[in-house]
Amino acid sequence: MDLYSLLRQFADSWMLLALFLFFLGVILWVIRPGSTKTYRDTANIPFRHENAPAKAEANARKEA
Amino acid sequence: MTNYFKLIVLGLITLLAMIAANFARDLAYMVNALTIMLVAGGLFLWTVRKTGEPVKKVDLSGEYMDGVVRYGVVATALWGVVGFAAGTFIAFQLAFPALNFEWAQGYMNFARLRPLHTSAVIFAFGGNALIATSFYVVQRTSATRLWGGNLAWFVFWGYNLFIVLAATGYILGATQSKEYAEPEWYVDWWLTIVWVCYLAVFLGTIIKRKEPHIYVANWFYLSFIVTVAMLHVVNNLAIPVSIFGSKSVQVFAGVQDAMTQWWYGHNAVGFFLTAGFLGMMYYFIPKQAEKPVYSYKLSIIHFWALIFIYIWAGPHHLHYTALPDWASTLGMVFSVVLWMPSWGGMINGLMTLSGAWDKLRTDPVIRMMVIAVGFYGMSTFEGPMMSIRAVNSLSHYTDWTIGHVHSGALGWNGMITFGALYFLVPKLWNRERLYSLSMVSWHFWLATIGIVLYAAAMWVTGIMEGLMWREVDANGFLVNSFADTVAAKFPMYVVRGLGGVLYISGAIIMCINLYLTVRKAPAVEATNQLVPAE
Repeated sequence: MDLYSLLRQFADSWMLLALFLFFLGVILWVIRPGSTKTYRDTANIPFRHENAPAKAEANARKEA
Repeated sequence: MTNYFKLIVLGLITLLAMIAANFARDLAYMVNALTIMLVAGGLFLWTVRKTGEPVKKVDLSGEYMDGVVRYGVVATALWGVVGFAAGTFIAFQLAFPALNFEWAQGYMNFARLRPLHTSAVIFAFGGNALIATSFYVVQRTSATRLWGGNLAWFVFWGYNLFIVLAATGYILGATQSKEYAEPEWYVDWWLTIVWVCYLAVFLGTIIKRKEPHIYVANWFYLSFIVTVAMLHVVNNLAIPVSIFGSKSVQVFAGVQDAMTQWWYGHNAVGFFLTAGFLGMMYYFIPKQAEKPVYSYKLSIIHFWALIFIYIWAGPHHLHYTALPDWASTLGMVFSVVLWMPSWGGMINGLMTLSGAWDKLRTDPVIRMMVIAVGFYGMSTFEGPMMSIRAVNSLSHYTDWTIGHVHSGALGWNGMITFGALYFLVPKLWNRERLYSLSMVSWHFWLATIGIVLYAAAMWVTGIMEGLMWREVDANGFLVNSFADTVAAKFPMYVVRGLGGVLYISGAIIMCINLYLTVRKAPAVEATNQLVPAE
């Protein structure tokens, strides 16, 4: 079998299945129990370190 | 010590550029070599002046690296105006061919200026916006300074050098004739170097992040950087005819070359103009609305669905060509499926405003971002529809395609970038607010009406010419000659040009407003002042 047909057959079968299962896995992972709490925290990342990196802000708080 | 190494390298580059300019086989190559010579020579002198001076070691890890973001913001605004001006000019060239001036024949006619326009808006305006906002966002969401020190500056200046080399090359006739990938081989190599450095800075910052999670905006930015690297390298596999000339020959031939080109072309839309700008959406809309994104879970599914599906959609550009039917059907099916993640993302962006819809009335910046997401939804509906083979047989090669591209580019990419610029400038220059909100409103309405004129004119003229091309009489002969369709399109071409005038007027108002914000708006008062006793 030439390389094209071999790759084509692989792409049409196992690779397709693997990508599809990976995608289903992502969805299941996203709705896993306890994820709501984690993601609520993650979604708030943009509101945390507006003006300075984490270390500097922690130091500033200590000094205050 | 590193300065001596830099001097050797810069000196060598200057020398080699001189040799290249001397042996140049064509004008574009010579001008590009001279540009490189001037840049490397200038950097050489600059480095000489700094060498031997005492260097103060300052610990900068306590602050963000915003200088490069500021430069990026300025470059975005300026390149935007250049790109819009080029676009408006070539729109009028199509309506009034006399604007292809006789004295500038071969340099400023439509065919030379058209790639200049597309590259100026996509790569110069859009690219600088992506680099600047990604550097801003990745620092804030990773709570750490950019990795790599001055490498970020190299990325900014290197990328803009790429744009200058590409643009001067187009005018002087260096092109490999691949849409959105016109720059010739040595410019492609330079961009590859810059892009790998960009990836290193971005990834390095993510790796040393202080937040346990990688915020979703960074996922989108990262997929944009990685995929563009892959697309760029594969689509630009070419062998130069001479190392002293700009001409190169593609490695792929025939339909393979066409498929590679549209695999690149469509994913340039998918990952440059969509994924990267979605990164902007996922940071700046929550920030401006002061609410976290509507559903973080949806944003993760949005990300994976988008990148899994987009990469297959390219073949829909090659319906009714030598490409096998199965491949173009595959592209069509994936384009239609792509509608779902696109609208999932749109809903996620819009619903972020739920509970804060009143801001649409009071805040023109958020209005700009929301209409951007609206145009994203509209063009991601129109796109899948046009990819269906039957629709494509009418729409392909007509102005409908151009209208579709512009409702996406002007509406989605332009508007979300304007929104981000309005958000960034007061933050970066430490101003309390923008100079004028009513100027933002003016910009908003000028741009929106401009897009509506543009898109509506292109729908009418596109469908009209599509129908005229396929019209046959009772004996099966074509009714219209090509020139008939060109004549019939004239009024719509004028309307399109006027839409461009409105759009660029809005952008100029934005530049004035941002300049006055930096110059005139009140500065933010320092926050670490003594707190009054209560």
